[in-house]
Amino acid sequence: MNIDWPWPWLPANTDDIAEATGEHLYLALLPVLVGLLVSIPLGWAASRWRVARGILVPLAGVLYTIPSLALITLVPLVLGTQIIDPLNVQVPLAVYTIALLVRSVSDALRAVPSEVTAAATAVGYRPLHRFLTVELPLAVPVIVAGLRVAVVSAMSLTAVGALVGIGGLGQLITEGFLRNNGVELVAAIVLIVVIALIIDALLLLVGRIATPWTRTAKGVNS
Amino acid sequence: MIEFQAVTKQYPDGTVAVDNLDLAVEDGGITVFVGPSGCGKTTSLRMINRMIDPTGGRILLDGKDIRESDPPLLRRGIGYVIQHAGLFPHRTVLDNVATVPLLTGQSRRAARSRAGELLELVGLPAKLAKRYPAQLSGGQQQRVGVARALAADPPVLLMDEPFSAVDPIVRDDLQQQLLRLQSELDKTIVFVTHDIDEAIKLGDRVAVFRVGGRLAQYDDPSALLARPADDFVSSFVGRDRGYRALGFLDAGGVPVGPVATVRAGEQATADQLDDGWAVAVDAENRPLGWVSAELLSTMDGSVNADRLVSGGSLFEVDSSAGTTAGSLRNALDAALSSPSAVGIAIDGDGAVVGGVTADTVLAALADARRAGEVPA
Ligand SMILES: Nc1ncnc2c1ncn2[C@@H]1O[C@H](COP(=O)(O)OP(=O)(O)OP(=O)(O)O)[C@@H](O)[C@H]1O
Ligand SMILES: [Mg+2]
Repeated sequence: MNIDWPWPWLPANTDDIAEATGEHLYLALLPVLVGLLVSIPLGWAASRWRVARGILVPLAGVLYTIPSLALITLVPLVLGTQIIDPLNVQVPLAVYTIALLVRSVSDALRAVPSEVTAAATAVGYRPLHRFLTVELPLAVPVIVAGLRVAVVSAMSLTAVGALVGIGGLGQLITEGFLRNNGVELVAAIVLIVVIALIIDALLLLVGRIATPWTRTAKGVNS
Repeated sequence: MIEFQAVTKQYPDGTVAVDNLDLAVEDGGITVFVGPSGCGKTTSLRMINRMIDPTGGRILLDGKDIRESDPPLLRRGIGYVIQHAGLFPHRTVLDNVATVPLLTGQSRRAARSRAGELLELVGLPAKLAKRYPAQLSGGQQQRVGVARALAADPPVLLMDEPFSAVDPIVRDDLQQQLLRLQSELDKTIVFVTHDIDEAIKLGDRVAVFRVGGRLAQYDDPSALLARPADDFVSSFVGRDRGYRALGFLDAGGVPVGPVATVRAGEQATADQLDDGWAVAVDAENRPLGWVSAELLSTMDGSVNADRLVSGGSLFEVDSSAGTTAGSLRNALDAALSSPSAVGIAIDGDGAVVGGVTADTVLAALADARRAGEVPA
């Protein structure tokens, strides 16, 4: 196979590349966001009830081990979606995110010292308020760590989705292959990696800004 | 007033943590719940702010059944100081203290300025306000815990072994501070501890619990030491309770005799000593230590402040100085711990006013006994 390197392709197709990038981000990030929102209450339930934990944590472990292609082809069977519906990729991505985060959220919430939750109750927080302003913020470092893994894998899994015909940068990869267009191929791969790294760095930054207390040296006295 | 009426708490696993407790906590003053581990102190305390609900009986706060109150609202009116402080790790010291004012609807600005006042009240420097709890020592964290509990100015303060996790010197500091705060603020404080010494030091009234959550005795501390209700209480109160009971007897009857003093840095001769000893004092007449005749002979005439024999405890004639100040215990301890067998008596400014001996303290005790001041 001969790969061509038609460099002019790049400037001529910036609009298409930009569109594919936007699509890729939408396809990858929306499921992560949904997964995050679902895994917080699930993780809370798992942290709170032994029975919930006994079901959710092993289930998450199993789901995470199912190969992505299998899951992508399974979705139309289960949900009755069309074969090229973006949901076919987005649902598995959300499932992976949940599988990844449920355990983290649950462990992080369980790690909140009991005297801290007792103190929050004692000063007069109502349960939901206490969860949102005391327990959840304390779980943020662990949640952000899980989220970083979820986002990076979502970026690459979305590329796999091109195999079943959904858009995004993965489509440029398949297209580049079919047309022996090395420029298109490499540009798409580089973009996926670079964007994943940028989002990862952003998450790291936001996580640090949101948790100033984690950077205080222990045992400093005056 | 907090009234426990036939209160029972049985946990779902069948443990009876508190069994038919009848007890009234009077307004003002510190009421201590003391007893061995697992006797139901924490359970009893947490039933007051409904962190735990009783399975039998009822609790009245100022005559009103607490079951009629919404728990979060009830709790905002009751300060709670938890063991190990339980500060919120993700909030600065200032924001920890501002928690309850914020919950009760004050503006952030008002809550923070209130928090600043509280930090000052509990003796924390303002520069700690911006730190996170992990950047404080255990003693400082405990002070923040007290400040947080007091921020909304609740009439009732519950404290669960607040000082048990700090070293003895810091604990003593925190205890003194609590007594000082209480004399200024006059809250109704319920204080839980398993340390009988702490109970006696802090309590205006002490409730001794036995395992199974049964009240063994409820009395003021001097009566507890003098007349333990039964063997359990007397063994819990400890072997040297007779000595500790002296802490409740006023030493006003102990004659303060003269004591020889020499000034540090100045010339002194052996005939300035009394029975071979003198107290070395500074320019303000505050005691620095003792000089013996032998020591003085090696000092070539002038009193060297760096080479004194360290003194024992001091007998504070002014009883406002602390918990046992001005008591027979304080006087006797000063005499017994002094290298010269004469206890140094000091006034409110810390200046030497004379000396006491063990004999005179015991004589004063005998007088007090004859006069019927000592509970039999
Ligand atoms: N949630 C619970 N479920 C079952 N039993 C409990 C529970 N909480 C406390 N207990 C039991 O109730 C009894 C009283 O406990 P509590 O914590 O009130 O004791 P305490 O006097 O505060 O002890 P300590 O000095 O060790 O703090 C103990 O036997 C304890 O094991
Ligand atoms: Mg306890």
